[in-house]
Amino acid sequence: MDALEIARWQFGITTVYHFLMVPLTIGLGLTVAVLQTIWHRTGNEHWLRMTKFWGKLFLINFIMGVATGLVQEFQFGMAWSEYSRYVGDVFGAPLAMEALLAFFVESTFLGLWIFGWKKLPKRLHLATIWCASLATMLSAYFILVANSWMQHPVGTELIDGRAVMTDAWAVFTNNTALITFPHTLFGAFAVAGGFLLGISWFHLYRRRKEGIDTVDANGRVIVGEDLSLGRNRDKTDYQVWIKSLRIGASVAVVAFLGVALTGHEQAKLMFEQQPMKMASAEAACHDGTGFSVLSLGDITAHGATNCDDVVAVFEIPGILSFLANGDFTTEIKGVNTLIPEYQEKYGKYYPQDESFGQYAGQEIDYLPVMEVTYWGFRLMITFGGLSAVAAAIALWITRKGTVPDNKWISRLAVLGIAAPFGANATGWIFTEMGRQPFTVAPNPQMGGVDQVFMYTAASVSPTVSAGELLFSLIALTSIYAVLLVVELVLLTRYIRGGVASAMPELESETHQDSTHSKTHDDNDDDDVLAFAY
Amino acid sequence: MEWLPTLWFIVIAVLWCGYLFLEGFDLGVGMLIGLGRNTEKRKRLLLNTIGPVWDGNEVWLITAAGAIFAAFPHWYASLFSALYIPLTLVLIALIFRAVAIEYRGKAITAPTRKAWDLALGLGSLVAAFGVGAMLASTTLGLPLNENGDRVGGPFAWLTWHAVLGGIAVVAFCWVHALAFLRLKTDGPVREEAGKLVGRWMPVAILPLLLWAVWVIASNESAIAWLCLVLSVIALVVAGLTGRARKEGISFIALGVTMLAAVAAIFIAAFPVVLPSTLDSAFDLTIQTASSTPYTLKLMSIVAAFGVPLVLAYQAWSYWVFRKRLREEHIPESHRVKSIVK
Repeated sequence: MDALEIARWQFGITTVYHFLMVPLTIGLGLTVAVLQTIWHRTGNEHWLRMTKFWGKLFLINFIMGVATGLVQEFQFGMAWSEYSRYVGDVFGAPLAMEALLAFFVESTFLGLWIFGWKKLPKRLHLATIWCASLATMLSAYFILVANSWMQHPVGTELIDGRAVMTDAWAVFTNNTALITFPHTLFGAFAVAGGFLLGISWFHLYRRRKEGIDTVDANGRVIVGEDLSLGRNRDKTDYQVWIKSLRIGASVAVVAFLGVALTGHEQAKLMFEQQPMKMASAEAACHDGTGFSVLSLGDITAHGATNCDDVVAVFEIPGILSFLANGDFTTEIKGVNTLIPEYQEKYGKYYPQDESFGQYAGQEIDYLPVMEVTYWGFRLMITFGGLSAVAAAIALWITRKGTVPDNKWISRLAVLGIAAPFGANATGWIFTEMGRQPFTVAPNPQMGGVDQVFMYTAASVSPTVSAGELLFSLIALTSIYAVLLVVELVLLTRYIRGGVASAMPELESETHQDSTHSKTHDDNDDDDVLAFAY
Repeated sequence: MEWLPTLWFIVIAVLWCGYLFLEGFDLGVGMLIGLGRNTEKRKRLLLNTIGPVWDGNEVWLITAAGAIFAAFPHWYASLFSALYIPLTLVLIALIFRAVAIEYRGKAITAPTRKAWDLALGLGSLVAAFGVGAMLASTTLGLPLNENGDRVGGPFAWLTWHAVLGGIAVVAFCWVHALAFLRLKTDGPVREEAGKLVGRWMPVAILPLLLWAVWVIASNESAIAWLCLVLSVIALVVAGLTGRARKEGISFIALGVTMLAAVAAIFIAAFPVVLPSTLDSAFDLTIQTASSTPYTLKLMSIVAAFGVPLVLAYQAWSYWVFRKRLREEHIPESHRVKSIVK
C-alpha cells in the first residue's frame, strides 16, 4: 500500500469508529433531557430512574466520542496537509465554530450536569442537560456543513489555486447540508430508539423469566416485585423498562420515517450534484429508469470497460426515476454515459504536478468502487428498514404491558441494537466512498476544470512517509479495537446492574439516600460531592 | 483589513494560553495520580478536584487547533504534518487519558485500576510533553521546504528546542497542579502540595523561561523582554505569597508567570508563525499562512460572540464547584452488582 491508500484507510477507520459513538450521544442526550423534563413535570420516580440509568450509559459512551473526536480535529493537518491548504479558508471555519460554539457547551454543561445534581437548583440543573444536548446537535450541524461542502462546494471561488470563501451564507445554508443535517439527526434518534428498545426488552424479559412479572389469561401483565436486592426490582422498576421500551420503539419508528423522507430528498439532490455517486450506487452502467434490487457480475471491476459485465437480475422499472426526480419516466444517466462527461469536463489524466506524486499523469478513474457504493447503499436501507419494522412489531407485542418469556426473542432484541448503528456506518461509507476520486467533488453547476474541486490523490501530506502513516494506522486501530471491547464490557456490566448501576441508593432497602447516610458535623460540607469519580 | 491576521495571531496565542493555564493543572493532576504514590482514596480525591471541569478545559486544545485551521490553514497543514509522529502520540495519550478518567472508577479489580492509572499518568505526561514540543517547534522552527513540507524524515522535528519545550510544559503542569491542589483541597494534600510547590517552583519554571529567552534571543523584541521580566516578577510574587499561605494569589501569580512567558514567546516570534530552519525565505508568516480577510472577518464576529460566552460559563462552572475537597468527602466507590442471576 502507498501513503495515499494508508491515509485513506486511516481516515475511514477513525471516522467510522468515531461515528459509532456520535449518533448514540446525540440520540441519548436528547432522550435524557426529555426524560428529566418529564420527571420535573410529573415528579414520578420512574422518570428520575430512567434519567439516571440512561444518563449513565450516555456518559460511558460520551467519553469515547470525546476521545476519538480529538483525532478528527488533528488528522486533516497531519495526514492531509495539501487538502488543508487548499480548503482551509472555507473548511476550517465550521470546524473552529464547532469547537468554540458547541464543544465547549457540551463538555462544560455535562460536567455541571454530572456533578451538579445536588449543587444546582433543580430547574437550572435541568437546563444544563438541555444545553449539552442541544450542543451535540449544533456540533453535528457544523461538521455536516463542512462535509457537505466537500460533497457540493458552494459560496466559493478558486483564487491563486486555493478554494476561497466568498459567501458564508451560501456555505452555511448549502442545500446539501440542510438536508443531510435532519437525515443524520433522524439516524441518531433511530440509534437511541433501538438502544432503549433492546435493553429494556432484556430487563422486562429477565423480570418475566425470574417470575417477578407474570401475565393473566388474556396476556395482560401482572406486575410483581423482588425486594431481595433493595428496591432495584420493585414495581417502579417495571415502569422504567416498559416506558423506556415503548418510547424507544416509537422513536425508532418515527425516526425511520424521518430518515426515509430526508433520505429521499437527499438522493434527489445527489442525482443532480454527484450523478456518478448515484449511478454507482445503482451499479447502473446504462441509462434507464429501473431501480436495481439485485445486480450480479463483476461490479468490482474498475473502469467503464468492465461495467458491461454487470447483470441486473431484478429491477423495478421507474423506481430509479422516482428516487431521482419524483416521476417514473426520466432516464437516469448510467456510468457509461457519465465517465466521458467527467473526462471532458475535468480531464482524462491527473495533471503533471508534484502534488499528485506517483499519480501524476495517470488516467483518472472516475468510477467509485462500485461494490462498496452498491452494497453500502442497500445495506443502509436494509438495516434501517429492518430496525423500523422490528420496532413496530415490538410495539405490537408489548401492547399488553410486557414481553414474552422467550430467550430467543430477547436475544434478537438485544442484537437488534446493532442494526441502526450498521445503517449509520454503511450510509457514511457509501456517501464518502461514492465521492471518490474527489475529496472535494466538483459542483456541476459551476463548470469545468477551472472550478473548485480536489482529487483525493492530491490531498495527502506530501512528505509524510508511508511508514509514519502505517504506524499511526496500526496504533490507532489496535487501540480502538481494545477500547471498543472495554466500552462494551462496561456498558454490559452497567446494563446488567439495572437502574441501581446509576442509583446505588436503590440497593439499600430504606428510602434514605446512601450518600447522605454518613454522619458529618457539617451538613453543608456533605453536599460537596453528589457524585464522585 | 491588514490587522486581521494580527488579530488572529493574538486570538490563537490567547487560546494556547487558556489551554496551558486550564488544562495545565488537569495534566499535572493526571501525572500525580498515575505516576505518584498515593492511596486509592487520595487518588480519587485528586481526580475529583478536576472531575467537573477537565473535559471543558481540553476543548481549549481542540479550539486552538480549529482556529489555526480556520485562520492560518498553511500553519495548520505544515505544523501538524511535520509533527506527524509526536502528534500521533499526543492523540493516543489524550485518548487514554480521557477514557482513564472516566473508566478508572469503574474498574473492578486492582490490576485493571492500576492499568488505568498508568494510562492516566503516562497519557498526561506524553500529552504535556508533546504539546510543549509542538509549541517550541512552531516558535523556534522546523526543517520546512518551499511548500511548507517537512524535509528529513519522520524524526526531523526532534530538536533540542522541541525537547526543551516539552520539558518546560511538563514541569509547569506539575507545579501548576500542586498549586491548584493546594487551593482546591483541604487536609494533608493541601499541606504536602504547599511544601512541594514552595520548594520546586523556581526550578520547574526555569525551562519555560529558557525557552522564552531562546525565542527572544533569535528575534529581538523589547516588549517580549518586558513580558519576560513580568514573568519573573510574577514568579517571585507566587513564591512569596505562597510562603505567606495566600494560596489563591499564589496560584494566580504562578499562572501569570506562565502566561507572561508564553506571551513573550509569541510576541518575539511575531509575525512568523512557523520558521523554517532551512531558509528564512520559507518561513510561514501571518501574511503567507493566513486565510482571506473575508473568512477572518467572519471568524472574528463568531469569536467576539463566542469567546466571552465560553469564558463566562466556564467561570461559572468553576464557581459552582469552588469548594475545597477533603478525603472525607469522597463517597465509598459503588460496585455495580449484576441483577441477572
